[in-house]
Amino acid sequence: MNGIISMAYLFAAVMFILSLGGLSSHETARRGNIYGMVGMAVAVIATIAGINAGAYWLIAIAMGVGALIGILLARRVAMTQMPEMVALLHSFVGLAAVLIGWGGYLDQSKMLVGAAHVVHNSEIYLGIFIGAITLTGSLVAFGKLKGFISGKPLTLPARHWLNLAAVVATIVLAVRFIPADLSNTTLIDLSIMTAIALLLGIHLIAAIGGADMPVVISMLNSYSGWAAAATGFMLGNDLLIVTGALVGSSGAILSYIMCRGMNRSFVSVILGGFGSDGSVVAAGEVEGEAVATSFDELAADLDVADSVIIVPGFGMAVAHAQQAVSDLATKLVKAGKTVRFGIHPVAGRLPGHMNVLLAEASVPYDIVLEMDEINEDFSATDLVLVIGANDTVNPDAVEKPGSPIAGMPVLEVWKAGRVVVLKRSMASGYAGVANPLFYKENTRMLFGDAKESLQSVLGKLSAA
Amino acid sequence: MIIAIIKESAPEEARVAATPASVKRLLALGFSVNVEKGAGIGANFTDQDYQQAGAKLCNNPQACLEKAEIVLKVQAPSLDELALIPSGATVIAFLKPAQEAGLLKEMAARNINALAVETIPRISRAQKLDALSSMANIAGYRAVIEAAHNFGRFFTGQITAAGKVPPAKVLVIGAGVAGLSAIGTAKSMGAIVRAFDTRAEVREQVESMGAEFLTVAVEEEGGGGGGYAKEMSKAFIDAEMALFRQQAKEVDIVITTALIPGKPAPKLWLADMVDSMAGGSVVVDLAAENGGNCDYTEAGQKVLKNGVKVIGYTNLPSRAAAQSSTLYATNLYHLLSDLTPQKDGQIHINFDDEVIRGATVVNAGEVTFPPPAPKIPVAAPSQKAETQVASKPAATKKKTSPLALCIYWLLAGGLLLALGRVAPADFVAHFTVFVLAIFIGWQVIWKVSHALHTPLMSVTNAISGIVVVGALLQVGGMASTLIMLLAFVAVLVASINIFGGFLVTYRMLKMFRR
Repeated sequence: MNGIISMAYLFAAVMFILSLGGLSSHETARRGNIYGMVGMAVAVIATIAGINAGAYWLIAIAMGVGALIGILLARRVAMTQMPEMVALLHSFVGLAAVLIGWGGYLDQSKMLVGAAHVVHNSEIYLGIFIGAITLTGSLVAFGKLKGFISGKPLTLPARHWLNLAAVVATIVLAVRFIPADLSNTTLIDLSIMTAIALLLGIHLIAAIGGADMPVVISMLNSYSGWAAAATGFMLGNDLLIVTGALVGSSGAILSYIMCRGMNRSFVSVILGGFGSDGSVVAAGEVEGEAVATSFDELAADLDVADSVIIVPGFGMAVAHAQQAVSDLATKLVKAGKTVRFGIHPVAGRLPGHMNVLLAEASVPYDIVLEMDEINEDFSATDLVLVIGANDTVNPDAVEKPGSPIAGMPVLEVWKAGRVVVLKRSMASGYAGVANPLFYKENTRMLFGDAKESLQSVLGKLSAA
Repeated sequence: MIIAIIKESAPEEARVAATPASVKRLLALGFSVNVEKGAGIGANFTDQDYQQAGAKLCNNPQACLEKAEIVLKVQAPSLDELALIPSGATVIAFLKPAQEAGLLKEMAARNINALAVETIPRISRAQKLDALSSMANIAGYRAVIEAAHNFGRFFTGQITAAGKVPPAKVLVIGAGVAGLSAIGTAKSMGAIVRAFDTRAEVREQVESMGAEFLTVAVEEEGGGGGGYAKEMSKAFIDAEMALFRQQAKEVDIVITTALIPGKPAPKLWLADMVDSMAGGSVVVDLAAENGGNCDYTEAGQKVLKNGVKVIGYTNLPSRAAAQSSTLYATNLYHLLSDLTPQKDGQIHINFDDEVIRGATVVNAGEVTFPPPAPKIPVAAPSQKAETQVASKPAATKKKTSPLALCIYWLLAGGLLLALGRVAPADFVAHFTVFVLAIFIGWQVIWKVSHALHTPLMSVTNAISGIVVVGALLQVGGMASTLIMLLAFVAVLVASINIFGGFLVTYRMLKMFRR
């Protein structure tokens, strides 16, 4: 029986690898998802088959309720709320890892001695530590994205020292806990460590500003993977180890890509505080006057433009304007114009967020291009529509070395013949820096709700 | 700063370097503008128009140039005019810097700065100040108009009560701006248009204008950088000539626009080709000023050879002076606008700006022509250079020396050995799997396309619900109630993850369509 279960696990692990591999292209992505489902089903069935039949009813209830909640959540969630959903799901993995860790600790059926005992205890310890950070960190990220908690970074005085103290305390407790047997002392030690990790998770993520949320989410994704891997070590289960490692490295790579997209080092994101101290440097130094435009004028501009690039940002998600954007693009394409979308790697609050929104609105994905693919084409473009993007199109990033966002790769929209920025107000973006793009000679501002504005413009287009 | 606009003194030059409309925009940049009386007459702009636009009128060139700090002209200033320009001023005009080295030296000696509009690099960013293209566009249009004027028949074919009229056949040689403009004009007048160019890449452009693109059997790429052609090999030219000889017997109108920078115009329409054309045919040679593409061309003249009119007018844009002045004035406005980043009426000749560097031929008493070679036939590389500069620090930071690399690996190896010494065999096996899985993950994830990062996230999320396996084992372990309870909750939340994660991924992926 053990052999069969192991083989089933091996099959599941292969399925998971194929699942992630399938996401390399749009054509195979759906197949990849199905591989993942198959792998999961095989793993769960094999596990259940291997355990005491007396627990089946308990499992049925737990999985049934979990499935119900999961399905309801997944069906209800709007694509604009994807970041919150993902953050919330991360916290569940963290919670499960903490619970399993504690269960493993309390379970005395496995009597281990010597090195094996030490290893087992350290695995429990590590699993709970990572799981607890993932749990509270994800909940804070969820709160920030949802708006329950302010997007501003929380900067306690001596916050780095607080973090350091937490880590030191964790290590000290580990030294005491790991070699010891189950007793009241270790119970207290483990409880204290769990509490510290939970608080550390809150503090770590609370200190990170809203603009860095894409990094945070992918980082937490990575954590949830490592938590699963640690659980796997504790239980001596290779499937969990493999899966945890896959998810962990996936999250790590995504974090790295996001950081590169903002030209920020991973460490500086983790340490947090972005946008709180730097904003004084360049804000308010922008000269000139922003010129507002009207629906009629924008419609006329669109009518004469041959090539149009649409640059969406988080504002498009906020205004739920993706459908209106898609309608506009369709109409322009029908009129024989070249229409493309330029997506900054960190646009939105989640890696790939904009792509998902545009896909929801049925924008063909082959006209949705990444920054590197489209950045050189702006100078040959008649009109750029910036919809709710701000920091990702800020010319200061390349033109002003002293700016807090200097060196961040941005979409160079200002090189186009005309830039029209759809925005609710002149407020600055998450990075808290002023945007001289709004004052450029070839820039026009269209204030108001992006969705309503686009719908009005759509009605005024003469191009059929 | 004061901008002076004087009446062009060159013979047959009707253009003017500023229009009332451009004067208004120049004033908005912070300049003041002096216009000589009668400067715009040739282009149908009255003194009154200029005055209303806000320009100050002056009676003669002396008065106009006396206090000038910037002089806008069409043609290069004559020596008389140059003498009137105060030292320190900046002249912007068609200066022909390659031919007029003496003029540049004279200006450098007088400490007059000069920007030649023809040396503005032909990159995308500079299109709005590309006066050569503006003028070529008009020249191409005007070439067809001159041809039509001298051609005794309709361009368009007609069937009338008085008989059938065949359409005119037009051959355009050289599909640059002028050539394309000529193609478009001739086509819109109803002619059958053919075009030839050594650069294969213009085929699409030619066909988009509605002309037939003629090719020769010899394959050779003729692009020479900066949107110009280069000189071709002997074999290619022979094939080209054979093609032309055949076309000569068929076409009614030939418009030649072939130029190679820095060289006399290539002879493409030879005497025998003209001779073999039907009587009443017309050849318009747009390269007349540089020696002409046709053997019979006489610069500035219309000549009749064997019943074929060969037109070699040199300044075609001036024959459409109102239009060419308007476009030229707008080009100059854009150039000044680039030179005046602060919009304070003070120009800054910034050599870091590729466009301004290219245009500047005399600066601070020194001849700065020719500029460093333009890098490219298209715009892209100039921006690439910028991004490269921007990303450089990151790149250099990343380099690790071989020694450090060695130390890292030794450290890692040492740690692994130490771990292997103390760890139980069971752990070592699991650890092996773990490390290998990380590497697989690393390889696989890098291939995930950027657009699919959100689905990646939700699918990894669902997969990390695999911790459910651990919880299931604990539930099934039939241990104490507390453990069961913990495990029960773990199964529940992990299940939320599994079902929620996969379903949401499915929803997302369903939306992606081509």
